[in-house]
Amino acid sequence: MLERPKRKNPVLRTRLPTLPPAARSRVALGLTAAAALGRFELQQCRDCGTVQYPPREACQKCLSVRLDWKPQPQTGDLLSDTVLHHSNDLFFRERLPWRLGLVKLDCGPTVVAHLHERVAQAAGKVTVAAKLDRAGQAVMVALPPKEIDMAEDRQLREFTCDPKFRKVLVTDGKTATGQALVKALADAGADLIWVGHAEPWKKFAGFDELKAIKRVTLLPLDVTDSKNVRELAAEVGGKVDILVNNAEHHRAYGISNRSGVDAARAEMDVNYFGLLRLAQEFGPAMRGRGADGLASATAWVNVLSIYALANFPSHGTFSASKAAAHSLSQCLRAELRPAGVRVINIFPGPLDDEWNQLLPPPKVAPAALANAVLKALREGVEDVYPGDVAQEWLARWRDNPKALEKELST
Amino acid sequence: MSALADLAKGLARGKIKVVDLTETLAPEFPSISLPPEMGQAWPFRIEEVSRYDERGPAWYWNNFSCGEHTGTHFDAPIHWVSGKDLPNNAVDSIAPERFIGPAFVVDCSKQARKDPDFLLTRPFLVKWEKTHGRISPRSWVLMRTDWSKKSDDPVAYQNYDETGQHTPGPDTDAVRFLVEERDILGFGTESIGTDAGQAYHLRPPYPCHYYMHGAGRYGLQCLKNLDQLPPTGAVVVAAPLKIKNGSGSPLRVLALVESK
Repeated sequence: MLERPKRKNPVLRTRLPTLPPAARSRVALGLTAAAALGRFELQQCRDCGTVQYPPREACQKCLSVRLDWKPQPQTGDLLSDTVLHHSNDLFFRERLPWRLGLVKLDCGPTVVAHLHERVAQAAGKVTVAAKLDRAGQAVMVALPPKEIDMAEDRQLREFTCDPKFRKVLVTDGKTATGQALVKALADAGADLIWVGHAEPWKKFAGFDELKAIKRVTLLPLDVTDSKNVRELAAEVGGKVDILVNNAEHHRAYGISNRSGVDAARAEMDVNYFGLLRLAQEFGPAMRGRGADGLASATAWVNVLSIYALANFPSHGTFSASKAAAHSLSQCLRAELRPAGVRVINIFPGPLDDEWNQLLPPPKVAPAALANAVLKALREGVEDVYPGDVAQEWLARWRDNPKALEKELST
Repeated sequence: MSALADLAKGLARGKIKVVDLTETLAPEFPSISLPPEMGQAWPFRIEEVSRYDERGPAWYWNNFSCGEHTGTHFDAPIHWVSGKDLPNNAVDSIAPERFIGPAFVVDCSKQARKDPDFLLTRPFLVKWEKTHGRISPRSWVLMRTDWSKKSDDPVAYQNYDETGQHTPGPDTDAVRFLVEERDILGFGTESIGTDAGQAYHLRPPYPCHYYMHGAGRYGLQCLKNLDQLPPTGAVVVAAPLKIKNGSGSPLRVLALVESK
């Protein structure tokens, strides 16, 4: 069990972030691409079936170049383990001692893996997963066969963004989704949760319940107001470890069923420019605190939409604003990467809220979205697609984006 | 012309005070709220263009955006459907002399303190005239409620509950009286509308907008410092921005008050 970190001595220097080795070949990025979604995939030869590791251009057995990334069983045997007491790599040097092991996967290859402290000394059964490290690249970790919390382990906590002991800003507490997020974060042991609410003169449903949660502080925050965002960042930005941007403006219009640009502009102002304002004002302090001990700045979560991947014409302008936000989030990801701060994008299917009133179920319940965010933070994935609609669209989009566009336009 | 020379002299010597009736335009100032599916007026927003920095080394300036009906603002007749076909009904076509007029300040502050839904009635105005004299034609009638003293607290200023907004305003008869029997220039309030917060439930809904603009008269809202004006004798200058076919505009409202 991790112990609550001591309160930070505010006059000491904050350590600068370092990253584990980040260089990967293009083919090796296949492992990262799967890990970003929380999947464990290795290359498998289409001709002889051999599972490959490390990633390579040609089959190690038959030299075929027809290697496909395929989900693989995650079980294996720990052959040996060791503790690293010296490293010339800055990231590991600062985190020694570090425990590693060799795992023979049941699907074939032997891999070097970071070990959870509860993994007993060799030999024994382990579960292997590909996790994103602080550089955003996939690495192998070995866990005890029974499901276990990565964030409770000093080493593996580096691969998660667990909210436990951390300070979180949720940008919009006025929606049911926002309130479910706050509740889930509080239940997960977040130290302090700042919750924004725009137009503070309008009391909203759930206000009193939110206020009653210990460790919650409600603050006026309107992401369309640069001055407001700047001032809030000045007040609390230096302490935000996880920023969850769920502020959203959503109207169900295409192009021709709403005259003028006011609704579309409001969507862009919240969904796109709101993210930009937050990123400009909160980003710098978070970048500076990427290695600030056990409760460092660690993650930035954007609640986007599955419509960010392909335009849903009946919610066409909303889709466009989410696509813009998605694109900007990739920029943010690149800019936060050097600090080891992970950008997690959530692409839900339609949320069960008033703006999706006319869409048939299944819709993503507020608690389901909150659970997806928590799971992403804990398990260290980058892209999450909660809900049946999102999962289905994702599969169709990955298979053939043009086909999905055609399907959605009829 | 001696009247203007006297005015200038009065201002220079402090015999005539200038009272600013205007709220400061700031992003945190509350904006009017409509049901969310309707079109919305933009709240006041401001972004720096440069501030003696790499974006402009020797100068500071901002871009701002807002709706025509933001902060202390002027309502032109074209704002309401009842005034849509009147001549000279937009801020750019109203004759400029109509922006200046004597002010009659009706003090309802006690009543509004007790009852945020207070409605100014015709009998109230008739009684007020008995004390202060008849409201003259082409004048501004300003409803003093001291509501503006809440403007630092957006929650109190907007005063919402589950049935909507609760702010004072005139009732239908009072508006008709002022327009039809007193021929005023326009009506001003300290809250976010010239109509009461619950005026949707009056007949017709929003009577001040309906009758005032239907008769080619104007509205001023989000005024402040009305408590610094005498009941009669002040002159109000309320010239909106000259927006082509504009329905209103934020503006600086000034009152000239003669010291005793």
